[in-house]
Amino acid sequence: MAHQVWLIARRSVVRTFRQPGVWIPPLTFPLMLMAVNSNGLRAATHLPGFPTHSFLAFFMPFSFLQGALFATGIAGTDLARDIDTGFLNRLALTPVSGAALLLGQIGGAVGLGIAQTVVYLGVALAAGVHIDAGVGGALLIVVLAILIVIAWGNLGLWIALRTGSGEGVQSQFPLLFFVTFISSINLPRNLISVTWFRDIATINPVSYMIESLRSLVIVGWDGEALALGFLCIFGLMAVSLFLSVRQLKVRMTRT
Amino acid sequence: MGRSDRGIEAEGLIRRFKDVDAVRGIDLRVAPGEIYGFLGPNGAGKSTTVHMLTTLLPPTAGRATVAGYDVARQGPQVRASIGAALQEAALDPFLTGREHLRLQASLHGIAGAERKRLIEALLDRVGLTQAGDRKVRTYSGGMKRRLDLALALIHDPSIIFLDEPTTGLDPQSRTALWAEVGRLAREEGVTIFLTTQYLEEADVLADRVGIIDHGLIVAEGTPAQLKAEIGKPTVEVVPESADELDRLRALLRRFGDETAARPGAFAVQLDGHGALPDVVRALDSESLRAAQINLHEPSLDDVFLAKTGRTLEGAEAD
Repeated sequence: MAHQVWLIARRSVVRTFRQPGVWIPPLTFPLMLMAVNSNGLRAATHLPGFPTHSFLAFFMPFSFLQGALFATGIAGTDLARDIDTGFLNRLALTPVSGAALLLGQIGGAVGLGIAQTVVYLGVALAAGVHIDAGVGGALLIVVLAILIVIAWGNLGLWIALRTGSGEGVQSQFPLLFFVTFISSINLPRNLISVTWFRDIATINPVSYMIESLRSLVIVGWDGEALALGFLCIFGLMAVSLFLSVRQLKVRMTRT
Repeated sequence: MGRSDRGIEAEGLIRRFKDVDAVRGIDLRVAPGEIYGFLGPNGAGKSTTVHMLTTLLPPTAGRATVAGYDVARQGPQVRASIGAALQEAALDPFLTGREHLRLQASLHGIAGAERKRLIEALLDRVGLTQAGDRKVRTYSGGMKRRLDLALALIHDPSIIFLDEPTTGLDPQSRTALWAEVGRLAREEGVTIFLTTQYLEEADVLADRVGIIDHGLIVAEGTPAQLKAEIGKPTVEVVPESADELDRLRALLRRFGDETAARPGAFAVQLDGHGALPDVVRALDSESLRAAQINLHEPSLDDVFLAKTGRTLEGAEAD
């Protein structure tokens, strides 16, 4: 099966990187947002209890999550196109397994995720961000970012398999962005003064994904933040994989 | 090339989608090495039947075997025995032709030098060697269809399903594809199940034709049998001189009943009292000079009309 995953993933990566319109925005938009927010919101670092003096260091991990959201769209849209063109049927007529198909399909998104992570990290380091957890922490950031891409990417696959259209995938994008923004991306949860916002941010798994990445940048090795982050990422991955596998059985009804 | 000695068999094949009966009980038998033309208008149930026979869709009822394997219970074995080019050329516009073939071959477990050899041979066979490294989005419709056919052949299947393979192609590309399909069956013994809405395609290519309408096969046989079943040929003669039309009328009535003809011509539907050579001999013996003699064979559209009450073109508009 590993070979099948590799074959499908390679095709997904090749296809993604042959479409500049697909990979340039996810590489550049998060950087732009990072630049704008780290300047526009840096006064937030003067708030009592704000965990760092650099808003760039605080905000930078959000880029990885934003990149993962783009990956969701890419993985979903690509699969929806395969359904629409009949390419999924072509693959279904080969001995490829359903699991290999799903894992391979997000290969392009993972490839892009790796490129994004390296670029975001490189830009942040060049801009003076210091990774408190050191080189090991930077490597763990890459691992976490890839896991987040897989978890969110499978959500994109599920939506694609359910709707069968690129438009269907794109229409879910604003909702995912909304969920992402009602989290601790802009402020630590303890500094969010609006109660309902803080409550939603507290139950939103996105907060813990961000905080695990952020802890490596501004705190160092924070076991609790990392454990909660991994828990949320694997939780989302389990749910999104379950949904996409189940939906694949509905969509790909080969005997 | 090891070919299966089993073709395709279906008995009472049914497929329902919620309230719609797409296929309502199909019985068919395709012999090994035969080209079977599955003719019908859009929405008749052709593609649904192909999807069931290629294991992409489980039948609601009935049974079918392909290459001797049950489509409902032995899907992987069926898929290993068949190649398919389904309705649209299902290709990735961002991959090259060669990359498509490499992916397809690898997924079928073909690797190394054998894969390379096969890819080059297939590209050559479908005339895409020069274009093999171009992205598919730069291909014409005909090139896409030829690549589609090469992909269906990569694992040397004994049975090939072609779902409307020439829809949207220009006449030249269509003829080239017909030649290749014909060669596959005649020279390599591949069984071909071909769906089409083109009468000419079924007529030219198929050894036998099944006509499907509203999910049921309404007629089946060789094109010649089907045409013979519903009507006899018509002979239309235009005399060299209009003054001889009455003499011509009298002569031709000996061969059959009068039927509609162009102005200045006379036509009869041959009733078995002679064929075209007899008509020519009679004209000659009575010194009747003809400016034109036309023989109209019944077409498959006439068969469709006789079996369904509609022309194939009319059925498309339903």
